[in-house]
Amino acid sequence: MSYNDVTHHAADEHNHDHDHAEHGPAKGLMRWVTTTNHKDIGTLYLWFSLVMFFIGGAMALVIRAELFQPGIQIVDPMFFNSMTTMHAIVMIFGVVMPAFVGLANWMIPMMIGAPDMALPRLNNWSFWIMPFAFTIMLSTLFMDSGGPAGGWTLYPPLVLQMGDSFAFVIFAIHFLGISSVMGSINIVATIFNMRPPGMTFMKMPMFVWTWLITAYLLIATIPVFAGAVTMLLTDRYFGTSFFSAAGGGDPVMFQHIFWFFGHPEVYILILPAFGIVSSIIPTFARKPLFGYDSMVYATASIAFLSFIVWAHHMFTTGMPLAGELFFMFSTMLISVPTGVKVFNWVATMWRGSMSFETPMLFAIGFVIMFTVGGLSGLMLAITPADIQYHDTYFVVAHFHYVLVPGAIYSLMAATYYWLPKWTGNMYDEKLGKLHFWISTVFVNVLFFPMHFVGLAGMPRRIPDYSLQFADWNMIATIGAFGFGFSQLMFVYIIVKCVRGGEKATAEVWEGARGLEWTVASPAPYHTFETAPDIQASTVTR
Amino acid sequence: MTSNVSRWALLLLVLLLAPVGAWADWGALNMPQGVTEISNEVYSLHMRIFYICCAIGAAVFGVMVYSMFMHRKSKGAKPADFHESTTVEIVWTVVPLIILIAMAIPAARVLIKMEDFSDSEMSIRVTGYQWRWQYEYMDSGVTFFSQLAPEHNLARQRGSDVDLEETFAISDEIADASEGPGVYLKQVDNELVVPVGKKIRFLHTAADVIHSWWVPALAVKKDAIPGFINENWARIEEPGIYRGKCAELCGRDHGFMPIVVRAVPQEEFDAWIGEQQLAMAANDAEVDRQWAHQELVSVGEKVYQANCMSCHQAEGQGIPGMFPAIAGSGVATGSMDEHVATVMNGVDGTLMSSFSEVLSDADLAAVITYQRNAFGNGTGDTLQPSHIKSLRTGFEVNQPESVASLPEALTKTGVN
Repeated sequence: MSYNDVTHHAADEHNHDHDHAEHGPAKGLMRWVTTTNHKDIGTLYLWFSLVMFFIGGAMALVIRAELFQPGIQIVDPMFFNSMTTMHAIVMIFGVVMPAFVGLANWMIPMMIGAPDMALPRLNNWSFWIMPFAFTIMLSTLFMDSGGPAGGWTLYPPLVLQMGDSFAFVIFAIHFLGISSVMGSINIVATIFNMRPPGMTFMKMPMFVWTWLITAYLLIATIPVFAGAVTMLLTDRYFGTSFFSAAGGGDPVMFQHIFWFFGHPEVYILILPAFGIVSSIIPTFARKPLFGYDSMVYATASIAFLSFIVWAHHMFTTGMPLAGELFFMFSTMLISVPTGVKVFNWVATMWRGSMSFETPMLFAIGFVIMFTVGGLSGLMLAITPADIQYHDTYFVVAHFHYVLVPGAIYSLMAATYYWLPKWTGNMYDEKLGKLHFWISTVFVNVLFFPMHFVGLAGMPRRIPDYSLQFADWNMIATIGAFGFGFSQLMFVYIIVKCVRGGEKATAEVWEGARGLEWTVASPAPYHTFETAPDIQASTVTR
Repeated sequence: MTSNVSRWALLLLVLLLAPVGAWADWGALNMPQGVTEISNEVYSLHMRIFYICCAIGAAVFGVMVYSMFMHRKSKGAKPADFHESTTVEIVWTVVPLIILIAMAIPAARVLIKMEDFSDSEMSIRVTGYQWRWQYEYMDSGVTFFSQLAPEHNLARQRGSDVDLEETFAISDEIADASEGPGVYLKQVDNELVVPVGKKIRFLHTAADVIHSWWVPALAVKKDAIPGFINENWARIEEPGIYRGKCAELCGRDHGFMPIVVRAVPQEEFDAWIGEQQLAMAANDAEVDRQWAHQELVSVGEKVYQANCMSCHQAEGQGIPGMFPAIAGSGVATGSMDEHVATVMNGVDGTLMSSFSEVLSDADLAAVITYQRNAFGNGTGDTLQPSHIKSLRTGFEVNQPESVASLPEALTKTGVN
């Protein structure tokens, strides 16, 4: 039985069920408040992260506007520090993570042939905590003592100098953490329990695999982070001295705990992106993913290694030589499984029959620019050189390359790839391509010069700089405004597609593989209420 | 039609990037090679890994681009159906591993050298404060603070319309032209003077938050952590001026705590140390004399500009919601004791830090006198430096105990 048979089967089931009123969505606002439907919740997550993308982006533009030329023209340095801190918190916890969870909600049940997530009410709750948590977080910017200004890494003692809005920040972080952990538990429970007969682990699409591993990283590290910020809270308000040398504590201990969370966290931000790209490239190369098994093992290896490299963020803190050597070697080792992934993507493209629709453009953009960020990451692993690179714009360039044309590009690729499935309409291909090219030009104008100023000695997190950095900062700012405003195109294309357009077929893409393409477009409110019949020969990935 | 879009976009990319390349000052693109043996080794390590990354990038992107042009559907390419090969997977796991080992060996060698603190010939303690550095020559007892030079401090305030390029144009004394068009934010009031050719051990700590002392030309960067002492070393080969910055976010004025190291021949250094010792003795004598009101006010104005103005603003008006005003404030017009306590101890839980360590008795007396008389406060009060001196013993200084007793701890343990 081919997967086309599954299509008909699923479509029949759907028509059969459609008559029952309780299966349709409720009407009006309450639909979104009370929904337990994985597609509705996925949609909520995705819109939420799109809104946050513009809030975090506006903060980035404040930063870049101040850095347009030397001298202080626009904001007080304290507010500048709040902007760098909040920009990071919003982009990490408010954009990339919720967007990946939104995609997981939408796609994982449809990819494995499950009717919904395993824990639908928990699912509703994990989403609805977030807007409130972020309202609290962002409201600190309007409080007397201002928003957090000690960097998203929250290093004490600096962070403890903050006024009483500090308590709100910690509270918001706790709730964001609760939301993430609940979302992760739901994803793990879904993947373990909701797979229909025949959907073995090694038949799961890469996106499902990467999310399964990501969910474990979240469950393992978010509680550690929660512990660290709770210790900050008690140091600030309850007289403990976990991180104060005066009371027998150690400020560096916070950094160890933070990065034990923080390094797996950066893989949390990139592993689902690997999964997305591993779905898109085979589709448009019209050729199965090369080395599926090795991709699974590579992802698991990256996840394992992410727990033993944290102190490479701390090479200048005065670690013993043995520690520096260990963390240098373990960090370099990560490039092996990461390299395997890149090579597999290239091998998937090799001798395919490629076409370059917008999702493929973003996916290829991801592979190339993520690799640029990966290579600068390899340079950063070399401890003696890292001591020069550390806390400069070279690091800023590195992590923005892996996060913007990396994680963010994968989200855009995913949006264009699955939008016809979500809405039933094709997006405007011409505008989509234009969006890709304009973004790609500006994102490089924005971030590439940061390598230069960083190597030449410009520290990060400064509101003003010496004259030798002026030219490149001006160029970066032009790139930032170009990139920022061109994202309005993205919103326009999405809205236009939601409102109408050429009707999409169930399969959408010529080379599409996997169960999500066997259901109608737009995907019915309930899918796979009867488990699909999955044979050894069924194409599921 | 759609391929037209791509073609135009590619053209746009080329047009945008071409002038960027032409316009750049290429000297300012790379890591400086530096003036110590270690910095040179770090530089060659950096270049080696950079070239390896370029080669890997060229190979991977080359294959990708070739594939994108040759294996496209529009050219009639038919998809092959291979999708796994254990041999290939093993090859592209093992080959990168070999490259990594080839990089790890020289890196480890340099790292071991960097961490060898033995046989140092002199020690300098570097303490980070918000936002200045304190240097203490442990062998001669000379100690002073070093912070952003006053004219830079004025120019960097928001709303100052100083022409930065004009005012801070490069001067002859800077030998290294790669420093670019000017010295804005690169000069300090008191430079760290060191002898060339000696192995200098730096001991890093901090009084308030974490700072990081970074001088790129020496390839030294080490966090200054309150309550802890980190070690570092450098042997500078060539006389010259080497500039650096605080690298670890340390609060509002993190961007404004530069470092200037002046390396001079040994005889010149010895003479300089002698001068410093005389100057310190002279300053001590100053404290005990009776100061005139006007003298205190005029010294106080300079101290205010260097230490208070960036938060409390030029006219003492503060920034509402962020930094309280001094003009007309209860502290500056009320009881003298409370004013002195505020400045010397700081205010817990706010950004107002303690100035008792940072400022001398004379500077404290001057700035407090200035604040009580400027900005329309007009209290007419005068505070004598000798009064501050007499208070010193009675004051609880708002500082972690471990920092306060640092010099003692140093001599006891000798650090590692």
